[in-house]
Amino acid sequence: MLYREAGQFKTSYAADQQIFPIRQDRIGILIILAIAFFAVPMLFSEYWLKAILIPFLIFSLAALGLNILTGYAGQLSLGSAAFMAVGAFASYNFMLRVDGMPILLAFIGGGLAAAAVGIAFGLPSLRIKGFYLAVATLAAQFFIVWLLTKVGWFSNYSSSGVITAQDMEILGYRFVTPEAKYLLVLAIVVVLALLAKNMVRSSVGRAWMAVRDMDVAAEVIGIRIMHTKLLAFAVSSFYCGVAGALYAFAYIGTVEPEGFSLDLSFKILFMIIIGGVGSISGAFLGAAFIVLLPIALDVIVQQWLAGVLPPSVSSNLQLIVFGGLIIFFLIVEPHGLARLWQIGKEKLRLWPFPH
Amino acid sequence: MSGRKIGDVILDLQNISLRFGGVKALTDISFNVREHEVRAIIGPNGAGKSSMLNVINGVYHPQEGRIVFHGEERRKMEPHKAAKQGIARTFQNIALFKGMSVLDNIMTGRITKMHASFLEQAIHFGRARREELEHRHKVEEVIDFLEIQHIRKTPVGRLPYGLQKRVELARALAAEPTMLLLDEPMAGMNVEEKQDMCRFILDVNDQFGTTIVLIEHDMGVVMDISDRVVVLDYGKKIGDGTPDEVRNNPEVISAYLGVAH
Repeated sequence: MLYREAGQFKTSYAADQQIFPIRQDRIGILIILAIAFFAVPMLFSEYWLKAILIPFLIFSLAALGLNILTGYAGQLSLGSAAFMAVGAFASYNFMLRVDGMPILLAFIGGGLAAAAVGIAFGLPSLRIKGFYLAVATLAAQFFIVWLLTKVGWFSNYSSSGVITAQDMEILGYRFVTPEAKYLLVLAIVVVLALLAKNMVRSSVGRAWMAVRDMDVAAEVIGIRIMHTKLLAFAVSSFYCGVAGALYAFAYIGTVEPEGFSLDLSFKILFMIIIGGVGSISGAFLGAAFIVLLPIALDVIVQQWLAGVLPPSVSSNLQLIVFGGLIIFFLIVEPHGLARLWQIGKEKLRLWPFPH
Repeated sequence: MSGRKIGDVILDLQNISLRFGGVKALTDISFNVREHEVRAIIGPNGAGKSSMLNVINGVYHPQEGRIVFHGEERRKMEPHKAAKQGIARTFQNIALFKGMSVLDNIMTGRITKMHASFLEQAIHFGRARREELEHRHKVEEVIDFLEIQHIRKTPVGRLPYGLQKRVELARALAAEPTMLLLDEPMAGMNVEEKQDMCRFILDVNDQFGTTIVLIEHDMGVVMDISDRVVVLDYGKKIGDGTPDEVRNNPEVISAYLGVAH
């Protein structure tokens, strides 16, 4: 009853092509943003902001980046964590070596550095597809982590490549408290998500999807395949790079190259598989799921199953549930939570009268 | 058929030979296409018809021969350059973008005419926004022309075969091509769908003056709608002329239409 478009007539193409064409969606997004910006910093504890919400936002951003590449442009990548590492180390070096570098510019610089590396490792995609491309991006994953560990310059010659992120300061305001860090991360993520949404509903997004769905036809229509694929790699890596910079500056503080290991790349891949391949909201749903699930499982195990399960099982429960869920989603709903949400909305449009 | 006037030769293929390793797909084929005409390519399976279209818009590069398009001579075409010069095509096996809606598929057809950079599109302001709206107008004209208003927002994967073929034609038309290559536009259709498709092809040719090169197996359709027919068999040209000439060409009869025993 509530979620219904009846009576919302579009009288212009502008109205039909706006970012959220259905009024309830517009209201919903505004409410979510209002809660995220105003209610959350007041209501949630320091622990929640620091340990759950900030990583959730950062992983959402990384998943968004991977989703642009894998979900929209159809190029499978296992190098997301490496691109995050490039972003983190590049931002650190910009702050370190350029006097009076504004932090936001350092983040953008980190993103651009990641984009450049992304383009370089995207070059094989012009020749190879699918699993073979995934293996080529795997090379990026190992090579970049190795390079950042081996070449001392990147970490200012600290032992084993550990860097400690500088303080974040904008116009004299220092982002120290969890609330401030949360709001900064939230603002960056919201802006970048909006830009991504705009890209995927414009001709560049259509070009990505065209290359994903049928590359021969795309070329015949006049899409330059090389340009389109490399742009997807660049934009995707930019998002991952900014996410990596935020990971270092706003979340962990002290990172080493090993922190951006293959495990993290897989985690981000799982986020888009569970959240929804080829969907902006899917990146957020998937990140929320993967960040929250271990915590929820911990609570369940400690509260209710503490005496029932042997400790050897409960410590591995998280892995068991993760594996099971990923298989479940691949088989039952390859388009993930975002698709389930969409189906729910379509049902709601008819509810309570099914015809 | 109203004021349509067949003009000069706009596409001239001279001595085209195409090989895949040792397999000769096309051998020394020459024919031309005149402006505004409907040119059919026919021949048995494996005669090289689709290869011929692929040579015209640059998917395949012939080893020998020359292609003259609008007076410009070249050894080979490149697909996206061919698209820019006004050649659009449909495929034998539907090549729509399955994950996208009908509207998005057709909008993609206009991609060579959109110039906003990806940054402008990301901000979605100014030129990018204006272009989206302008091109939407054009796309809606194509949608009206092909009578597919009701499926505008449907993902193409959910459409029946006949409609998918029509959406593919719409995507090609959205580029406002001067030359349209149709690879078996009526394959697998029933009689009504074929009639609709014929009507659309003739309307496109008549109203927009689009030159049409089509491959088709239905002889009735080919003889009815085309101005000139070229016949291929085993990669060689065995006949060329008006439908009547081709129909009475003994070589064509024996190779393709069948010999009376």
